[in-house]
Amino acid sequence: MNELGLSSLYQLTMARFRLLSREPEAIFWIFIFPILLAAGLGIAFRNRPADVLPVAATTSQLTQALSADKGLNAKEMDEASGTHSLATGAILLLAVQEPDGVAYQYDDTNPDARTARLLADRAVQVAAGQRDAVQAENQLIHETGSRYIDFVVPGLLGMNLMGSAIWGLGFAIVEARQKKLLKRMVASPMPRWQYLASFLLSRLVMLVIEVVAFLGFAGLVFGVPFRGSLWQLGFLCVLTSMAFSALGLLISSRARTMEAASGLMNLVMLPMWILSGVFFSASRFPAVIQPFVRALPLTAANEAFRANMLQGTNLTHLVAPVGILLAWLAVPFAVSLRIFRWR
Amino acid sequence: MNDATRLAASGGFADSIKKPALLIRGLRKAFADVQAVDGMDLEVAAGECFGLLGPNGAGKTTTIEICEGLTEPDEGQVELLGLNWSRGSRELRQRIGIQLQETQFPDKLTVEETLRLFRSFFRHGISVDESIRTAQLEEKRGSRVGGLSGGQKQRLAMACALVGDPELLFLDEPTTGLDPQARRHLWDLVDELKLAGRTIILTTHYMEEAERLCDRVAIMDHGRVIALGTPQQLIATVGGEDIVEFAVSYSQVPNAGSPPHEQEAVRGNPGPGAPGHERVQGVVDAEKLTAIPGVQSHRVDAALHQLSVSELHTTVPRIFAALAAEGLHLSEFRTHSATLEDVFVRLTGRNLRDE
Repeated sequence: MNELGLSSLYQLTMARFRLLSREPEAIFWIFIFPILLAAGLGIAFRNRPADVLPVAATTSQLTQALSADKGLNAKEMDEASGTHSLATGAILLLAVQEPDGVAYQYDDTNPDARTARLLADRAVQVAAGQRDAVQAENQLIHETGSRYIDFVVPGLLGMNLMGSAIWGLGFAIVEARQKKLLKRMVASPMPRWQYLASFLLSRLVMLVIEVVAFLGFAGLVFGVPFRGSLWQLGFLCVLTSMAFSALGLLISSRARTMEAASGLMNLVMLPMWILSGVFFSASRFPAVIQPFVRALPLTAANEAFRANMLQGTNLTHLVAPVGILLAWLAVPFAVSLRIFRWR
Repeated sequence: MNDATRLAASGGFADSIKKPALLIRGLRKAFADVQAVDGMDLEVAAGECFGLLGPNGAGKTTTIEICEGLTEPDEGQVELLGLNWSRGSRELRQRIGIQLQETQFPDKLTVEETLRLFRSFFRHGISVDESIRTAQLEEKRGSRVGGLSGGQKQRLAMACALVGDPELLFLDEPTTGLDPQARRHLWDLVDELKLAGRTIILTTHYMEEAERLCDRVAIMDHGRVIALGTPQQLIATVGGEDIVEFAVSYSQVPNAGSPPHEQEAVRGNPGPGAPGHERVQGVVDAEKLTAIPGVQSHRVDAALHQLSVSELHTTVPRIFAALAAEGLHLSEFRTHSATLEDVFVRLTGRNLRDE
């Protein structure tokens, strides 16, 4: 056996990997779930090209006039079936030829129907010979970085780092305590710090796989921008993961049963899922609770990720969130080392 | 074991020859309102296999965990291999092997991975292969711990205690919960370790285990050592080599015949409420019984009389005659060689397994 194979830190870290990789559920929650979530949200909130609006007219002449507009899909139907189609939502507007002009039947509370009314009337007027008094030109802008998927990916990244660190550390430690394995470990000459360090080391390696897989997917499939330095983004990921690992260590430092631990984890994570701006901006919460919201580690992490990825902000301008994360790393770690229950 | 250590083991001039492997002086430990260990002194010589014996709750595990440096004593000194936990803990951890009660190793690691992990904690020790061989887990080397039987798991725990090639080995109830075959298998393993000259300290509440494995035993009850010596010495204190147990009824009461379980119950006590059997108590004069030559002592526990006797072959006919003269009829009768169980019963008036 080589030097490395004899090192207890290496063996402890390898044991963590083996245990994690033999836990199919863990693989799903850490690697697959965030990608599925991003894919689902990306599809649900994608910016669709302007829809073609279904309309109908009672004469073929009118139908032809309406079809001239690319934004309208016109069919010819008699008034009775047209009214029925309107009622069932199959069409948004029915243009009826009257002796002295055209009557539009539509629901003015439906924005799409109002758009259809504007497009239809313009098409009818143009067909009748009206010309624009002012020359107009359209310049279309679809900017990446301002879409919902661009907003939500950094949030999902933060949420995922929180979950994998707290669950990964918390459950493993409490299970080892419950099964008296912790006690067995400290009954051996194993240096105690190495046991905790093996969790952080394995977390760091998993982190690389986890972050690269998730951000790679978001970048390739949705074109989510990476405007800041990737090294700095990497640093932010490590810092975030370590801060949440420290929190996970604190949560699991006393708990004797899995039930107690999972209750504590939910207590810690649930407020952050809601308050920390994963799915919508944290600034929507009232000003009174803003100081609390901003002090949460996930808020700081999400803010830093968004600033780096979407605005390309340099680390030097992210002192506040980095400071908050460092505090969340140092304090829980120090406290949990003091109160950790080894048996 | 050589003569010198054997003398040391029986408490002779141990200190002048060799430092004891374990030395306990005035040990006390209380949990909340329970005095788990209540003033204990003990010496275990190097090379000895020493047993801490007692019912559940006697303080065995607390004592052994204090020795293992896992529990802080309230009072008293513990010295292992000439070192103690306050100063020599680092070195001690390297030199002792520990098997705890009910450790569950991670289910999803293999036997070999688990041993490799534990081996990495020790500076010196035996190879992983050797530990697997010693624990006879060759066929299970690549199997996950979760798929092992109870006996195999216990042998894995033993192998984890052995990888550091310890001078002093602690085994806390190594066979509790195992079936008889797995238990014998583990005993053979302990025998090998004894032959290799290791000092072993084990706890058990199985008397036959202590008799089978230990050079010396300390019987514990309520946190104290109530008897100490070789199993033979302790059994000799019962006063006779054999134990006679019987129950009587008046001869007028028709006897339903000997229930079948009596033949099986060679050892131990089926208890007063043995199923399908009702005792009608006869009045036995204890003084008349102890007056019989060969009867050393008499006690009665829930209508079951126990005599410790010597020279069974001549004494038993006298007992029959004495009971018949009283007009009493035997409804139960059995004998067995005296065991550590009888020592415990004599010392405490309770049965070990009643707890």
